[in-house]
Amino acid sequence: MLRFLLEKEFKQIKRDSLILRMMLIMPLMQLIILPFAANFEMKNVNLAVVDNDCSPVTTELTDKILSSGYFKLTTTQDSYEAALPFMEKNSADLILEYPARLEKDLGRERSACVSITANAVNGTKAGIGTSYLASIIRQYNIEQISPDVTIPVQIKNTHLFNPYLDYKAYMVPGILAFLLTLVGGFLSALNIVSEKEKGTIEQINVTPVPKSIFLLSKLIPFWVIGLIILTLGLFISWIVYGFIPDGNVLAIYVFAAIYLVALTGLGLAVSAISASQQQAMFTMFFCNMLFALMSGLFTPISSMPDWAQTITLFNPIRYFVEVMRMIYLKGSLFTDITGHLLIVCAFAVFFNTLAVIGYRKKS
Amino acid sequence: MKQFQSFLKKEFYHIFRDSRTTITMMVIPIVLVILFGYAITTEIKSTRFVVFDQSKNSTTQRIIDRLAASEYFVIYKQVSSYEEIETLFRKNKIRMAIVFPPDFEENRQTGTEVQLLTDASDPNEATSLVEYATTIINTELTKDYIVSSVGIKPVVRLLYNPQMKDAYNFVPGVMGMILILICSIMTSVGIVREKEYGSMEVLLVSPLKPVYIILAKATPYLLISLVNILTILSLAYFLLDVPIKGSLFLVIMLSLLYALLALTLGLFVSTIAKTQQAAMLICGIALMLPIILLSGMMFPVENMPWILQQLSNLIPARWYIVALRDVMIKGLGVTEILPEISILVVMTLVLIVLSVKRFKVRLE
Repeated sequence: MLRFLLEKEFKQIKRDSLILRMMLIMPLMQLIILPFAANFEMKNVNLAVVDNDCSPVTTELTDKILSSGYFKLTTTQDSYEAALPFMEKNSADLILEYPARLEKDLGRERSACVSITANAVNGTKAGIGTSYLASIIRQYNIEQISPDVTIPVQIKNTHLFNPYLDYKAYMVPGILAFLLTLVGGFLSALNIVSEKEKGTIEQINVTPVPKSIFLLSKLIPFWVIGLIILTLGLFISWIVYGFIPDGNVLAIYVFAAIYLVALTGLGLAVSAISASQQQAMFTMFFCNMLFALMSGLFTPISSMPDWAQTITLFNPIRYFVEVMRMIYLKGSLFTDITGHLLIVCAFAVFFNTLAVIGYRKKS
Repeated sequence: MKQFQSFLKKEFYHIFRDSRTTITMMVIPIVLVILFGYAITTEIKSTRFVVFDQSKNSTTQRIIDRLAASEYFVIYKQVSSYEEIETLFRKNKIRMAIVFPPDFEENRQTGTEVQLLTDASDPNEATSLVEYATTIINTELTKDYIVSSVGIKPVVRLLYNPQMKDAYNFVPGVMGMILILICSIMTSVGIVREKEYGSMEVLLVSPLKPVYIILAKATPYLLISLVNILTILSLAYFLLDVPIKGSLFLVIMLSLLYALLALTLGLFVSTIAKTQQAAMLICGIALMLPIILLSGMMFPVENMPWILQQLSNLIPARWYIVALRDVMIKGLGVTEILPEISILVVMTLVLIVLSVKRFKVRLE
């Protein structure tokens, strides 16, 4: 029985060429494009300099700042008022203003102030920019005041797992996990309900096919498609980005296989309780958006307040994103992800039970 | 006109009868604002670290205490071997480890080193962690012999957002996302559904001009967007203390223009897609993610490679978000955002022309 149902499902998917293309090409295009966009690195902080002093000290300090590699000089202006429009137009993130007589003050009173004005609309950027700038100035001070004092205790830092601090290495596995979620969840959510809308579900309902077999026949095609997308995605991250999982590829597949069962189950459950495709899509969209934002994909979970961290425990994407990153970057072993695996199994059972309960043959 | 009214009534019935979708449309903005306002941040807070202290003396203890007392770090435990550190890293339990060598105290005056191991999976987090930890350790170690009042002192002033709240950045972004979502997806699906059901035929043979059919479809969504705009603005203003520095009228007009653009985008998608599923996939996958990622809402556009920066120019949300930030947060006036407004207008016009060309009155 299952075999014939599956044959029907696969034929239906194959015949709808637009959907098939969208399903396969879109996620992969995104995987190629998006990691380049999702870049939080702060390399180009645009700096406007107002130098009222024009002394050797200010020139030297400006050179030191610009040579640090974090800053790009947008403009040099004579007054703060002249520099402000650059900030309003977003072409300057920071304005560094040296007061007149900075060098003289520094000579006489041993200290002087420079003012840094930051465009704080983007708080993160302003924060990082000012702290870079402040630490360069601090270093400059130490060099000037006591060039011979060396601090005996050195702090040596080692960046584990991602020594070149490549942000893409962090984003690619995460985005791959997210795309898989998107495709698996949405398509399955739309599936049963589209049969409802067209009225073809009646034909299934009057047959002796049990609910669970029917749902299984819906689940398997998306599960297969999901694994195909995963495989293509793994290839793309290897060919385009040169990333190979540090850990076991098999572990990724095992985890993804269970994860896809869980997620397709969620989709089917949503589909079973929805009356129209629009409704199903919006419900799924709502879930996916919450899941994505609370998954740690874009922002660290550890920065969230406690109540939000508790919510993330009930978020399947969180576990998948984490596992992908662990296996890709840290070479985590099966034993390290067993906890995650068990939780996702629980999700799979829960969502699929929900789907079986939610789907009713009687209207 | 009366015909148009009855069409409009029909559309309203269509939408409001599906109460779950209507509620979802109203709730999404609220949830998003709360999440962005209270839950999601890139700030480093309470990161777990372990200490491998092979020296165990008052200095190392002081440093550990200082680190643990700061808001950035929470001590996970003391460990006694490198293997333990490695396992904890692999299990994702910690983000940083500090190792003091056995001879730390003896060599403190002559030269020794503290080792800082970070999980650099997330490079930004790692960079910040190193920066914070280094500063704390250095202050603790050097406070005896560096006088800090000498030299050039930076005085920092934060314009527009003195408390550096993330909300200032995210609220315009959330608006850019919600409006596109509701207007484009709902319109395109609404139109394509009629095609799929076959009821489009009935509409097309009615004496009403196609333009009015489309207008009747768009109006309810425009209204819902207006409600959403007001919800987000009031939540942002009253709950998150995000100021509206510029004119409120300008903010609303700008948002309506953008909503209109999103509607025409939905219209255009509906002329391409044959089924609801296709329409949703195009809007959902092809529009949503690029909007989130390329609009500058989360990731700064200037960090992207050249080609993506060019691509981001085509994304309406980008221009809307920039203009909205200028008006809301910086308090600029209409003249300063004219370029963005004209880009949005041009985009709308192009989409209208394209859709009208593709819109078929006859069935295939």
